[in-house]
Amino acid sequence: MTEPVLSIRDLSVEIPTRKGIVCPVDSVSYDIAPGEILGVVGESGAGKSMAGNAVIGLLNPPARIAKGEIWLNGTRIDQLSGDAMRRLRGKEIGMVFQDPLTSLNPLLQIGDQLTETMLTHLDISRSEAEKRAIAALQEVGIPGAADRLNSYPHEFSGGMRQRVVIALALCAEPSLIIADEPTTALDVSVQAQIVALLKKLCRERGTAIMLITHDMGVIAEAADRVAVMYAGRLAELGPVREILTSPSHPYTDGLMASTPLASRGKSRLHQIPGSMPRLNAIPDGCAFNPRCPYAADKCRHDPGPQGVEGRAACWFPIVRERTA
Amino acid sequence: MLAYLIRRIGQSALVLLIVGLVAFAMFRFVGDPIDNMLGQERTQEDIDRLRGQLGLDQPFAVQYFRFLENAAQGNFGVSYRQGRPVSDILLERAPATLELAAVSGFLAIAMGIALGVFTAIRRNGFTANFIMSASLIGVSLPTFLIGILLIYIFSVELGWLPSFGRGETVRIGNWTTGFLTETGLKALVLPSITLGLYQMTLIMRLVRSEMLEVLRQDYIRFARARGLRDRVVNFRHALKNTMMPVITVIGLQLGSIIAFAIITETVFQWPGVGLLFINAIQFVDIPVMAAYLMLISVMFVGINLIVDILYFLIDPRLRADRAGAH
Ligand SMILES: Nc1ncnc2c1ncn2[C@@H]1O[C@H](COP(=O)(O)OP(=O)(O)OP(=O)(O)O)[C@@H](O)[C@H]1O
Ligand SMILES: [Mg+2]
Repeated sequence: MTEPVLSIRDLSVEIPTRKGIVCPVDSVSYDIAPGEILGVVGESGAGKSMAGNAVIGLLNPPARIAKGEIWLNGTRIDQLSGDAMRRLRGKEIGMVFQDPLTSLNPLLQIGDQLTETMLTHLDISRSEAEKRAIAALQEVGIPGAADRLNSYPHEFSGGMRQRVVIALALCAEPSLIIADEPTTALDVSVQAQIVALLKKLCRERGTAIMLITHDMGVIAEAADRVAVMYAGRLAELGPVREILTSPSHPYTDGLMASTPLASRGKSRLHQIPGSMPRLNAIPDGCAFNPRCPYAADKCRHDPGPQGVEGRAACWFPIVRERTA
Repeated sequence: MLAYLIRRIGQSALVLLIVGLVAFAMFRFVGDPIDNMLGQERTQEDIDRLRGQLGLDQPFAVQYFRFLENAAQGNFGVSYRQGRPVSDILLERAPATLELAAVSGFLAIAMGIALGVFTAIRRNGFTANFIMSASLIGVSLPTFLIGILLIYIFSVELGWLPSFGRGETVRIGNWTTGFLTETGLKALVLPSITLGLYQMTLIMRLVRSEMLEVLRQDYIRFARARGLRDRVVNFRHALKNTMMPVITVIGLQLGSIIAFAIITETVFQWPGVGLLFINAIQFVDIPVMAAYLMLISVMFVGINLIVDILYFLIDPRLRADRAGAH
């Protein structure tokens, strides 16, 4: 197996608050291989963005990495100095945000935003940077790229702006892209195009992508593997087919049953009873136990097996017979 | 762009017409110039002759129109008190006020922006918090008190700087400048701090709050996520967006620097148009008062126009909207 681009080991993020320390990311481990798309799913507040921000070194204080390791292409990066981390951002790790309407500086031409990024990271001349800027825009599918360098963000539609954002995230050729809900703010018709674009870039360049999303459709379409997060912990990690069709963690099972995609054919959508606990009120044992239909005594004291790939963080994983 | 400009100039002209009306109305309703110009021993004949000479026997509209016509040519009549053309007196006094306003304005803008940016970037630092607290004094103390305090400390106690006047000036054509002599420069220090302090603190606090707002925006986060240097993020990405709303306020503040100069000029006996105006009020020297009013409003309107144009040049969205609308 090739060496992973990103390797997170036992990562915890903590935030000191007035009511004590909370842990929005709790002992999470996963890898992403070159050319692989890892989907990260989970309810709102599960800690998906927080984990992504920890990787790119953009946690908003007072949030900080409490323990664990982050490795990027064989180098440990969680202990780098501020400036060394800044050099990695954009160069080794690119990031795409949710809202393309607010991600671009309204007062700067997109050509300038592209060249400034490249000139920060690459040792090239300005004219070379401009050439590459055009190529980058072409690659993400902006028509008439050469004429659009002098355009301002407001002159693009939402979908086109997200393409520009992706071009910006990719222009210094990072080996990892963190895409935090890149399609959530877009029209349904545009969503599919953006997903296809990410997928294409990933395949052609071998870029690893961490794709954070709520949308199981996007996961089914693009992800190779899926990490399911619940209350800061990793509930389950596995290949996309398994997660979608035969989830073994009861939470994943509930999540799938509650999305239109997986419950096709059923007349009503399933709902998981209750809601995710607040971070300062996470129950002992498995965080999901109060909502879990299968919870036993054991689950209320011991969180169960953690961080084992292919094995849900659950004492009683759902075992299915293979229905071929 | 052109249509927009023309509309704005039209609006400005309207404002000036209205101010002109007010200024002109002073002639009619505040005191009787004839009383002032002729002494106690006057005859009805003298009065009628002067009335005719000054055109005071004409209908209101005709007088107003003539006033505007003259004002547009820089002719505001003859000072009742000094018996010389008002325009000559104003031209004599203007350099003092303009130099004072320029130095204070520059001080207020440069320091205001620099400190605002500093306190925003280091928002939790000790120095930044100290500056913020100190700035409260700047906004709450009245100008004359600041002036008197400065005079007390630096002139009376320390004896470093003069407490009144412009010092020596050098004449260049019609302009007298205090920039070229040591006493002239020294004399500028206290008045310009006094005049600019309030504006500086105002600009600083505004820049700080706008900048903090901008620093929270997604595009700043995205700029950081692209690994841009802090300097670039703060000054290229954040500051430019911060300046949009700040420019308007700066424009208005520049206008009020010239207007507020009245107080500072009085405290420091600075021989500018503000002091001239105060003296004119004491003597009901209406032509001087009217001219001052017109001068100030022309400056206000002019600055506003410049601000609008700047806005237009900075923000591409505005340019596009306007271009689309016409
Ligand atoms: N400053 C803070 N103090 C306390 N808790 C915080 C703070 N900032 C974030 N959190 C908590 O951290 C948790 C993780 O948030 P995160 O943004 O990672 O969630 P998410 O999975 O990305 O959700 P979403 O799908 O809504 O984007 C949330 O429960 C949030 O309430
Ligand atoms: Mg999020």
